[in-house]
Amino acid sequence: MIYPILWLLTSSLKPNDEIFTQAYSLIPSRLAWENYASGWRGFAGNSFSTFFRNSFFIVTVSTVGAVVSSALVAYAFARIPFKGKGFWFSCMMMTMMLPHDVTIIPQYVMFSKMGWLSSFKPVIVPQFFAVPFFIFLIMQFIRTVPAELDEAAKMDGCSKYGIFFRVIVPLIVPALITATIFSFYWRWDDFINPLLYLNKPELYPVSLALKLFLDGESLNNWGGMFAMASLSLIPIFIVFFVFQRYIVEGISTSGLKG
Amino acid sequence: MTKLRENDNLVGYVFASPFILGFLIFTVYPIFSSLYYSFTDYNLFEAPRWIGFDNYDKMFTGDDKYWKSIKVTFTYVLGSVPLRLAFALAVAMMLNKAVKGIGLYRSAYYLPSLIGGSVAVSIMWTQIFGDKGLLNSALGLIGIHTETSWIGSPGTAIWTLIALSVWQFGSSMLIFLAGLKNIPASYYEAASVDGAGGVRKFFQITLPLLSPIILFNLIMQTISAFMTFTPAYIISRGEGGPLDSTLLYSLYLYRRAFQFYEMGYASAMAWVMLILIGLIALVLFQTSKYWVHYETKGGR
Repeated sequence: MIYPILWLLTSSLKPNDEIFTQAYSLIPSRLAWENYASGWRGFAGNSFSTFFRNSFFIVTVSTVGAVVSSALVAYAFARIPFKGKGFWFSCMMMTMMLPHDVTIIPQYVMFSKMGWLSSFKPVIVPQFFAVPFFIFLIMQFIRTVPAELDEAAKMDGCSKYGIFFRVIVPLIVPALITATIFSFYWRWDDFINPLLYLNKPELYPVSLALKLFLDGESLNNWGGMFAMASLSLIPIFIVFFVFQRYIVEGISTSGLKG
Repeated sequence: MTKLRENDNLVGYVFASPFILGFLIFTVYPIFSSLYYSFTDYNLFEAPRWIGFDNYDKMFTGDDKYWKSIKVTFTYVLGSVPLRLAFALAVAMMLNKAVKGIGLYRSAYYLPSLIGGSVAVSIMWTQIFGDKGLLNSALGLIGIHTETSWIGSPGTAIWTLIALSVWQFGSSMLIFLAGLKNIPASYYEAASVDGAGGVRKFFQITLPLLSPIILFNLIMQTISAFMTFTPAYIISRGEGGPLDSTLLYSLYLYRRAFQFYEMGYASAMAWVMLILIGLIALVLFQTSKYWVHYETKGGR
């Protein structure tokens, strides 16, 4: 299962000519660290420090937006008996199953009319309007919080807003962490949105920059490509090994796709 | 009492507003514009021009590539989803037995799914199945020497994508694992007392009790398989080649829309996909009556 991943990591340390002559081998004849240097240099004056910085910026801002907005909505759906709740809830469930392909063209037209092309806005702003998967995940979690706690807080004169911030939020921290991790993964790996909207190399996140290795003249720098591909996976691995428990629970309880 | 209700309505809408606004702006409005565009000739630079059903007509009767992409997509979905679920279930059952170091195994099986959608993995795949790649190199070790590029041959290219998808069975596996843990051990004990073997236990206890989860996985995986884009894009460098053999529906739609700027045509494609996925989900739900077993009525 993890052999291909190991192979990718070790290939990144093989000298260029060895990658193909001894493809099956996991052990490079010498450690070709220069792959990392040559890959990092990037393309046409944009090094991977730019691409990593873009990725971290996009991921951080959109994750904060997605988790905060989803938590608010989850609270409404889980705890507040408002008119039309059932209707909006079904809308949310349907959105989860809706193919992205249907909305992608009108959204592109919309963002292009707003003059948002070639900026981070189309990639980031929609995340601030709650993500159905996260709403669902956090809702499941809020339901496990005893309603008596809400009642007790109400007795003490807490408004619904107070209950949310003082009672619910502290208790659903694990769910918020889980949502944060998944948002991090999805935004980090996202390819189609940057491909559509970020048309200038200086705006590219890592996912899109990797594609450049496959284009035209840079086609020969296999070592550099493997090196940067490996680097792009490192944040994913770190988060995975630190937060494993949350990931497994998140998938098991809500059926999130990975 | 009435005053309290009104208050709840207001607070409810305040908290739910991010979703409601987002739903109207990024889902409802786009769906209807997409429907409108699908009846127009629209290249993004001039105003859409109404042409009725021409896009649909052209799609079904005058576009060989369209049918090719349908065929490729169905091969992909029918090849990857059942295999993926079968692997997921088999491994979940293996891990459900108390094994030493289960956490480690679970991580090892899940890791590929985690990095699944990334460009890095798709790039890695092009090297594994290329003419001088890992697979041929490994085949060489056991005496089979071949220079076939699995990714470069029309007959095998789609199967490398299927292999990639099957390799990433981890999230379905974790969902199955959670389901398996919920089956009371006493059921199996009782079956053992009655003299049931492993196979009978599997078909009479495990499968029926897991069937709601199988349905869930089946629907979610089918939908996401229909929408697969990134690996096909990377592996074929955005072309869907060789000879359109990896031209998945989403990729073809992307090319029509953003390489040829045929927004109307691509919107029509999107609508056909929406209807198709809706029909498939409907069929799965309808037939599920006959094979999905709920322990308590309306329990889920």
